Amino acid sequence: MGHAPFSLPKGRLEEGFEDKRPRYSDGEAVTEANRCIYCVDAPCINACPTSIDIPTFIHKIATGNVKGAARTIFDANLLGQSCARVCPVEVLCVGDCVYNHWGREPIQIGRLQRYATERALELDRDLIKKNKRATKSGKKVACIGSGPASLAAAGYLSLMGHEAVVFEKRAVPGGLNTTGIAPYKMDAQGSVDELNWILELGDIEVRTGVEITASDDGDGQVSAATLLQDFDAVFVGIGLGADSALELPDEAGAGVYGAVELIEQLKLDPQASLQGVTRAVVVGGGNTAIDIAHELAILGVPEVYMAYRRGFERLSAYDHEIEWGRTDGVRVRVNAVPTGYQRNPDGSLKGIVLADAEDGKAKAGTDKLMECQLVAVAIGQARLTGLAKVFAGVELDAKGRIVVDDATCRTGHAQVFAGGDCVNGGKEVVNAVEHGKRAARAMDAMFSK
Amino acid sequence: MADLTIDFCGIKSPNPFWLASAPPANSGKQVQRAFEAGWGGAVWKTLGNPIVNVSSRFGALDYGSTRVMGFNNIELITDRPLEVNLKEMAETKKLYPKHTLVASLMVETKEEWKEIIKKVEDVGSDAIELNFGCPHGMCERGMGSAVGQEPKVLKEITGWVKDFASIPVIVKLTPNVGDIVEPALAGVYGGADSLSLINTIKSIIGVDLDNFVPYPNVGNASSNGGYCGPAVKPIALHFLGQIARHTHINVPISGIGGISNWRDAAEFIALGSTSVQVCTAVMHHGYRIVEDMIEGLSDYLDSQGMSSVMELVGKAVPQYKDWGDLDLNHHTVAEIDEDKCIGCQLCYVACMDGAHQCIHIPGRSKEESFKAGHEYMPDHVPDRPVTAKGGTPGARIPFVHEAECVGCNLCSLVCPVPDCISMVEKRRGPDPETWNDRIRKGTDFVPGGLDATKRAHPKMSG
Ligand SMILES: Cc1cc2nc3c(=O)[nH]c(=O)nc-3n(C[C@H](O)[C@H](O)[C@H](O)COP(=O)(O)OP(=O)(O)OC[C@H]3O[C@@H](n4cnc5c(N)ncnc54)[C@H](O)[C@@H]3O)c2cc1C
Ligand SMILES: Cc1cc2nc3c(=O)[nH]c(=O)nc-3n(C[C@H](O)[C@H](O)[C@H](O)COP(=O)(O)O)c2cc1C
Ligand code: SF4
Ligand code: SF4
Ligand code: SF4
Repeated sequence: MGHAPFSLPKGRLEEGFEDKRPRYSDGEAVTEANRCIYCVDAPCINACPTSIDIPTFIHKIATGNVKGAARTIFDANLLGQSCARVCPVEVLCVGDCVYNHWGREPIQIGRLQRYATERALELDRDLIKKNKRATKSGKKVACIGSGPASLAAAGYLSLMGHEAVVFEKRAVPGGLNTTGIAPYKMDAQGSVDELNWILELGDIEVRTGVEITASDDGDGQVSAATLLQDFDAVFVGIGLGADSALELPDEAGAGVYGAVELIEQLKLDPQASLQGVTRAVVVGGGNTAIDIAHELAILGVPEVYMAYRRGFERLSAYDHEIEWGRTDGVRVRVNAVPTGYQRNPDGSLKGIVLADAEDGKAKAGTDKLMECQLVAVAIGQARLTGLAKVFAGVELDAKGRIVVDDATCRTGHAQVFAGGDCVNGGKEVVNAVEHGKRAARAMDAMFSK
Repeated sequence: MADLTIDFCGIKSPNPFWLASAPPANSGKQVQRAFEAGWGGAVWKTLGNPIVNVSSRFGALDYGSTRVMGFNNIELITDRPLEVNLKEMAETKKLYPKHTLVASLMVETKEEWKEIIKKVEDVGSDAIELNFGCPHGMCERGMGSAVGQEPKVLKEITGWVKDFASIPVIVKLTPNVGDIVEPALAGVYGGADSLSLINTIKSIIGVDLDNFVPYPNVGNASSNGGYCGPAVKPIALHFLGQIARHTHINVPISGIGGISNWRDAAEFIALGSTSVQVCTAVMHHGYRIVEDMIEGLSDYLDSQGMSSVMELVGKAVPQYKDWGDLDLNHHTVAEIDEDKCIGCQLCYVACMDGAHQCIHIPGRSKEESFKAGHEYMPDHVPDRPVTAKGGTPGARIPFVHEAECVGCNLCSLVCPVPDCISMVEKRRGPDPETWNDRIRKGTDFVPGGLDATKRAHPKMSG
């Protein structure tokens, strides 16, 4: 089932971004690794959603055993390469390093993880493949969506001797890891490179441009029922849906974008351009909002505002991301709520109307136009989980998340597993990987019964 | 994946990594946990007539921010009843029949040796290690290093043991001797099947300057102890090399002393060890370090195209030579990588004050250079600003005056940037010539010395 590696079009805006945390050199890595005190029962392990044995892998870097370090990482997290770059380590592993409480600079676990995984694969690209289970089970799993959750599931299944077919409705695979990550952390190429490496483990096929539907088996479509018929198990890793809109008059039209949609364009569409944009307003206070604001600032938009309807203390974006964005020029306006748009006679965007807000609600009579050429709405994403309900027994919770058993990621249907954003409502790449890993292990246990 | 199993005096061990006779191999539960973690063998904490230990007993040498670079102890042999140890050894061997279990012994009289050897053989020990090395306490009672330092006594006791034992006998040597070859030969001539080294080095780890008592403090006094840990590795490697290359010593060797990771282990094996033993690194970090040792060694062997660790044993021994056999025409000079130098001038000060004044700081006049201490000036000192990423703005890259560089390595050893200074080969002559060659040719004379010496070499100085 081998296929040619995936590639991306050239001339993408994101290619101009500087990697803000470049890879360590050998010497830098060994020096940092030697700072780690090799804790027992280390708090950093508990803070990693995939429970990577951090002290062990860092110790191995210190002894020059880079390949061993990478094995330790990949055992727990097959997407260790992208996680090393995209994880919000400040609130995960690094945030819990013992050095913090000591008042010293914590160990740069993410950067060490990046060094170990990238360096080891340079030394031996087949490092992990070599340990693949020799006997093939003949079992076949369908993964819906090609984001981190599905890729982790497919990769671990392959290592355990099973086959996986990954269905992706988009033309480009990788999910938000390809289309959504801020390019100064990792560009789309990083995600696609990792995906190509996972495909080399063998017995994994990615079918792009194929949407799994509730009931249709049309062109580029496969129905849920067909999947259940053709495969021994199904993994649902469909992520979240389209950006939510403010639902204000004049929203539809040029200049107003959903944030995730806009990020995808900036990352992947060689035609994307910000020419003529001198001021942009991002609506929202979460991590997607600060990401797009930060990206616009780096891309040279002279004034980038983030408008949030509540106070600073309620911003849900990570402090370190906001600080980082502000250093690059992002301005944050709190207690500002959009009440409408204004358009020029030719239909182009004139600006967004912002009112002062109290506890998130507009105060009457405070409407004011803020002229701008671009608005990005980052107030959340819809759920796609209606699809999951087609499988008998699968349940959704009140927030539209697929209900699974925590240890196995199994849904109410014995053959159907689910993980990632569609289960947790939208967390990080590393959480999606952990779900994929749990599901793969549970399926393996099921197959070997 | 390379085969890590070893054949040591006919004993098959799952890997070369053994616990040394010391606290980590003090009890059955410990040794069993170690085997679970991956250790291939264990030399039980030395058995004998029970002793009493003092408190405290350990001290350590830190270096910079590195803890326990060296370790010192005044502990004696096991303080547990013999029967308890024997029972646990039997249990351990039963649970882990494939792992190597070595009984370390230290008693005094022939009668005692006979009795204890029978007992440890009965519990299933694979081999016996004779502790002729403990350099504190026990030696005051005529045992341990008191035996190891007396080749005659060592040979005699080894002979007794060989008479009584039916399993292989390893003689553990003390480094507290002038020439390790003497006790090593005594062991071999006494019939030893194998040698292990080193035990600890006599030491005082430090002095408490408030109370004027050396460490470790035992009721306001202390005693000299045994030094071990990463700091002793070079000493251990030297002793190992000495016996590994000796033509009359052809028994397997178990290397000990400062081994902390796979690389240390690989170095000991390359210099002639078949198995390696570890104490301090386990006391510092726990049994868990063996995972990296196994994996790292295995990957290393793969990268060398070796299918078994036995192929590595002694690989570096032929290259360990006497000084007189080194090629005097081999010559290297320091080369600074302009893309890496950060401009700290550490190489400059090291060469100025500790070597041959051949590294120059750019931008000085000839007068300034002479004033700073240079005697010889190159024709031209290029003024190169630091351009490396992370370099100090405005700093200058120092210049190596190649004609004056003796190739000592010092600058490359002190440079804080990895791989920044490399030593490049610039041979003095195409053919090798050693000092011993010169002695053979009668050209072993260097002008500029004593008159008496000159008179003794009329041909050369004529
Ligand atoms: C802007 C943005 C920035 C982010 N930045 C970070 C970050 O820096 N670090 C971090 O750790 N996380 C970040 N995240 C979160 C992270 O990207 C997600 O948590 C993670 O990608 C979730 O993985 P997943 O596999 O569950 O879903 P996704 O990555 O969303 O993948 C789901 C895939 O399924 C496909 N799909 C959906 N329905 C179907 C169907 N019916 N048929 C076929 N295919 C289908 C989709 O096209 C998509 O490719 C960010 C998210 C966003 C939106
Ligand atoms: C606390 C302590 C106790 C030791 N006890 C013994 C012993 O009973 N018998 C013995 O042969 N060696 C003993 N040794 C020496 C070790 O076995 C070993 O030879 C030495 O520590 C060097 O190895 P290392 O650098 O890995 O520690 C002891 C060492 C230490 C630190
Ligand atoms: S908590 Fe910090 S110091 Fe301790 S093991 Fe983890 S990274 Fe190392
Ligand atoms: S290491 Fe254990 S036995 Fe030793 S002093 Fe500390 S607590 Fe006591
Ligand atoms: S020690 Fe190294 S980094 Fe410092 S000046 Fe010399 S060559 Fe440059």
